[in-house]
Amino acid sequence: MPDGDKKLDAKARYSAGVLEYKKMGYWEPDYSPKDTDVIALFRITPQDGVDPIEAAAAVAGESSTATWTVVWTDRLTACEKYRAKAYRVDPTPNNPNEYFAYIAYELDLFEPGSIANLTASIIGNVFGFKPLKALRLEDMRLPVAYVKTFQGPATGIVVERERLNCYGRPLLGATVKPKLGLSGRNYGRVVYEALKGGLDFTKDDENINSQPFMHWRDRFLYCMEAVNRASAATGEVKGTYLNVTAGTMEEMYKRAEFAKELGSVIIMIDLVIGYTAIQSMAKWARDNDMILHLHRAGHGTYTRQKTHGVSFRVIAKWMRLAGVDHIHAGTVVGKLEGDPATTKGYYDICREEKNSVSLETGVFFDQDWASLNKVMPVASGGIHAGQMHQLIHYLGEDVVLQFGGGTIGHPQGIAAGATANRVALEAMVYARNAGRDYLAEGPTILAEAAKTCTPLREALDIWKDVTFDYASTDAPDFVPTTSVS
Amino acid sequence: MRVTQGTFSFLPDFTDQQIHEQVQYCIDNGWAVSIEYTDDPHPRNTYWEMWGHPMFDNPDAAAVVYELNECRKIYGSYYIRIIAFDSSPGWESIRLSFIVNRPSEEPGFKLSRTEVKGRNIQYSITPYSSDNPQGSRYK
Repeated sequence: MPDGDKKLDAKARYSAGVLEYKKMGYWEPDYSPKDTDVIALFRITPQDGVDPIEAAAAVAGESSTATWTVVWTDRLTACEKYRAKAYRVDPTPNNPNEYFAYIAYELDLFEPGSIANLTASIIGNVFGFKPLKALRLEDMRLPVAYVKTFQGPATGIVVERERLNCYGRPLLGATVKPKLGLSGRNYGRVVYEALKGGLDFTKDDENINSQPFMHWRDRFLYCMEAVNRASAATGEVKGTYLNVTAGTMEEMYKRAEFAKELGSVIIMIDLVIGYTAIQSMAKWARDNDMILHLHRAGHGTYTRQKTHGVSFRVIAKWMRLAGVDHIHAGTVVGKLEGDPATTKGYYDICREEKNSVSLETGVFFDQDWASLNKVMPVASGGIHAGQMHQLIHYLGEDVVLQFGGGTIGHPQGIAAGATANRVALEAMVYARNAGRDYLAEGPTILAEAAKTCTPLREALDIWKDVTFDYASTDAPDFVPTTSVS
Repeated sequence: MRVTQGTFSFLPDFTDQQIHEQVQYCIDNGWAVSIEYTDDPHPRNTYWEMWGHPMFDNPDAAAVVYELNECRKIYGSYYIRIIAFDSSPGWESIRLSFIVNRPSEEPGFKLSRTEVKGRNIQYSITPYSSDNPQGSRYK
């Protein structure tokens, strides 16, 4: 260690004036994190000429107790305990200007059960800090002691399946389109046709709330007529995500209560309502036997760019703590951003009991979820029946596959589109269970199923050339290499 | 109509060979397979009658297919489903559930509406067949 990084004695440390953060106690290379520490991994891009260790110490300082100058009032507290400690700084594999900084936070820095409090520290002031060009929160390790202060998903994957009486295959959904402009009566028509045709769920889009063309009560009433008609037509439990997002908590509770009164099995909220509102709705959902769907509206503004913002894997962790049952987590093959390995990392965070470090999928920490329920990931955006083998291969069984255009845009109509998707799904799960190499034989399996299902034949024909093959902006830093042993 | 509960109701009805394949998949995953039957296919009728206990230690799908055919001899006009139960921690519930026998005619469900205040409607779904007593609902 260079001389300048050595710990100062108390007198030197607390003399009035400005001191480097690393000398103030925010850089402790010998620190070994406690099991109860919250750990954050940041990708830091220091300004030219700024020492990366000083930058990491500054992030630790600004996200915990520090300000820009020495304050004597530190000495009235157990300040060494409350200081976050940067303990490790690694160069990133692919960019000489970026570093990974590991920072440990004492558990007592955080209020139990509050995402708002956690994030006010971890992504508060620090993201605007001038000595950094850019800063990204890549991952977090949440100690079991802290995880246990959160409710977690209101329903969870297992109980959701029990309530829906639906096992052994991904759930199927569709977002009603066009997303804006339909009247309540027309909107319910789409819901009815799609559910009757074979989907389990339909969904309001993120920006369907209560607008001049369709107010919320009208939508709820027509949608529930559609849900019940479809249930009677098929003998299955059906649902439609009634979006209760509104301008105030009072209004959201009112809409949620009405959804409950109508017998809906599920409601939905948007990420933009904020962490506290999400936690409140999760508590309401637990109290009222309601599945809670979260649409991640707005996340792309801070998750997509690799150098600055918050990785979606961190948002997924926060949302599992906050208590949502569904979260949109990417499709791999659809129209929206999503590298396969990175997306697998998100899905693992939603669905596993314990996550193990997996750098190739962007998971930097072991994470024990301490029996918190699992979140059902949702794949939505530009997917269609012809990709069924790839979807099951990449995303697995516990996922909602949402085909909006891929249902409503079917040439024979909405119900036919839904049937095509359901037949494709069941045929692929059947083939997988029967031991076929379904990924390689996917197109053949679909063609065979289409022999007894004209809607599937038409879907395969019309969308056969649709792919969205663009470079990802958020691929993992680490790729597995073949070992030579 | 066709009751489409279960994992594979949108596919043509399975042969015994196809049922065997799916059951073996469940067994190979360590799940206990059981057979259940009912003449009340209401979507929220959770507890169908059990044809014996789940077959916890059975390694061979042929035994399940044999029991299914025994069940069919008595309840051939009922709905019969195969269920696979996974007791591993964090799941402890059903992993796969599919219908393997159904009545030759499925009259479907009646949807009743009760209008209450504020344009609200309370819905109730009843199988048409359930007007008859249990045991005499399907031919």
